[in-house]
Amino acid sequence: MAGHIVPARTYFLVFAALVVLTAVTTAVAFVDLGPLNTVVALAIAVCKACLVVLFFMHVKYAPGLTRVVVVTGFLWLALLIGISLSDVVTRPWTPIPQGWQTSSASPSPANQP
Amino acid sequence: MATAALEPQVEFRTHYLNHAYGIKSWLLTTDHKRIALLYLASVTFFFFVGGAAAVLMRLNLLEPTGSLLEPATYNKLFSMHGIVMIFFFLAPAVPAVLGNFLIPLMIGARDVAFPRLNLLSWYIFMLGGAILMYAVIAGGVDTGWTFYTPLSTSYATGNVVAAAMGVFVSGFSSILTGLNFIVTIHKMRAPGLTWFRLPLFIWSMYATSCIFILAMPVIAITMVLLALERLFHVGIFDPSLGGDPILFQHLFWFFGHPEVYVLILPSMGVISELVPCFSKKRIFGYSFVAFSSVAIAAISFLVWGHHMFVSGQSVYAGLVFSALSFAVAIPSAIKVFNWTATMYKGSVSYSAPMLYAIGFIGLFTMGGLTGLFLASLATDVHLHDTYFVIAHFHYIMVGGAVMGYLGGIHFWWPKMTGRLYPDGWARFAAGVIFVGFNLTFFPQYVLGYLGMPRRYPVYPPEFQVLNVMSTAGASILGIGYLIPLVYLIWSMRYGPPAGQNPWGAKGLEWEKALSPPPPENFEETPVVTEEAYNYG
Repeated sequence: MAGHIVPARTYFLVFAALVVLTAVTTAVAFVDLGPLNTVVALAIAVCKACLVVLFFMHVKYAPGLTRVVVVTGFLWLALLIGISLSDVVTRPWTPIPQGWQTSSASPSPANQP
Repeated sequence: MATAALEPQVEFRTHYLNHAYGIKSWLLTTDHKRIALLYLASVTFFFFVGGAAAVLMRLNLLEPTGSLLEPATYNKLFSMHGIVMIFFFLAPAVPAVLGNFLIPLMIGARDVAFPRLNLLSWYIFMLGGAILMYAVIAGGVDTGWTFYTPLSTSYATGNVVAAAMGVFVSGFSSILTGLNFIVTIHKMRAPGLTWFRLPLFIWSMYATSCIFILAMPVIAITMVLLALERLFHVGIFDPSLGGDPILFQHLFWFFGHPEVYVLILPSMGVISELVPCFSKKRIFGYSFVAFSSVAIAAISFLVWGHHMFVSGQSVYAGLVFSALSFAVAIPSAIKVFNWTATMYKGSVSYSAPMLYAIGFIGLFTMGGLTGLFLASLATDVHLHDTYFVIAHFHYIMVGGAVMGYLGGIHFWWPKMTGRLYPDGWARFAAGVIFVGFNLTFFPQYVLGYLGMPRRYPVYPPEFQVLNVMSTAGASILGIGYLIPLVYLIWSMRYGPPAGQNPWGAKGLEWEKALSPPPPENFEETPVVTEEAYNYG
């Protein structure tokens, strides 16, 4: 099966973009963005991964079936993370039973059995 | 001389077994049929290794005090039994043996899409098995097949990393096999063989292959994370290092539950071949059976939290996982009803493969229905980690998956070897296995309901009668498994020639390929002009 021929210029441009995004990640690490620290770092990482998948792995030029396979992989990763988070996020919703105490809370007479 | 004249004369012709001789011709083969036989020998070895561990455990449980084995040894035995049986017997059994042999034959191809990758898969599988055997010989591992943290990362003294590495390596074998099968099924079907003319075994192998590709990478990376924490104290699962132990269970069961369907889906595919053939009737509801395989594969990825109801997982997540677990019963029930409807008013014959198929349907139904008890949040609190769970999953994995595997081996043995085995012995063995299986595992439902926990080498004296029954059943089951080993090996040399299609079955592998098939499978590319299971 003949592969799609991509001009070398495209590869160099993508490589340059990856280097720039790496530099941005490093630079952002020195700026305190509060809760956005991880979000920004992950967003940049996702952009880099997309560039690699689309251009270096030729998914941009691949037939539909190959794209379906790639998308399915990411969909399943989303399922793994999303449904696991459904546990982590909702764990605190359950009230602590009367008489129990968390390790951080100081014991109070009301909590004693 | 007169006697000799009456013996069936076998015309010499070249087939995949005799076109080359010598150990090299086997170890370097890229023929999918020979690779299937390499897997057959390998998984049979692992089956008896895992079975030996089970025999020792059952002997230990003859007495409440468990006087045969040290508790630490018992821990290592049930761990080895689980790891070997799940990863090195059940997972490769039907896909790598029957799948490898049959997929190209069923779709009218000369081989799988990537024959050399296929051989590499076997070598990777054997490397994983060798690493696991090293872990066993070097002292064993005592974490159970689930490798739960913090036991595996902080407390277990056995060869955890080596065993995890064995699982890690063997996972790549499954991934490559799954990839090979998916590409083969997409790209190499014979002219006229549309998706809805495919044998249902192919549909189930396709669904299984998708699970291989989507689930196996997760267990592989989880084993790496486990090793990183155990060896280098990187905080992933240990709370004191900033980790979350339940994260391990999420990752493990995201793989682990689909893995259960990797074990049973291929056997379901086998049953879908056996029931129409021995009922001489078209399968009832072809597309429903086909899509139920796909549905089972998809839903299997959404139910993993039902293994974690008492782990500290959020009860709200537990509610969702419980409901989704009930959903997976629907496609499973569709299959059972459709097989039964296929037999209805069929011309049913009771050859050995059909006995295994009927056994499968009953035992799988029991295993499946008791799964609903465990998917219910409240009853699971009582039944979790008891022998009820052991009985439930053995009804699925042994009563289901192994019965299907044996049924398939008996059905396609004449195609694989060109020889017939003694049908009387085969039917007898099927009966022995059915009786032995039920005597082994039915008492365990009762034991579990009464509260006997799993993974303990001792138990209260009031449980002894049921435990003795279970051990007696295991002895019968063991003999039942040895009988086919003897007569199948015997038949390879002394069995009468089978002919091309001894069952009068439909399908390219029976109607267009000789027994045993030639190296290139078909003398000319077959053209498919009719539906599957066109038994009239």
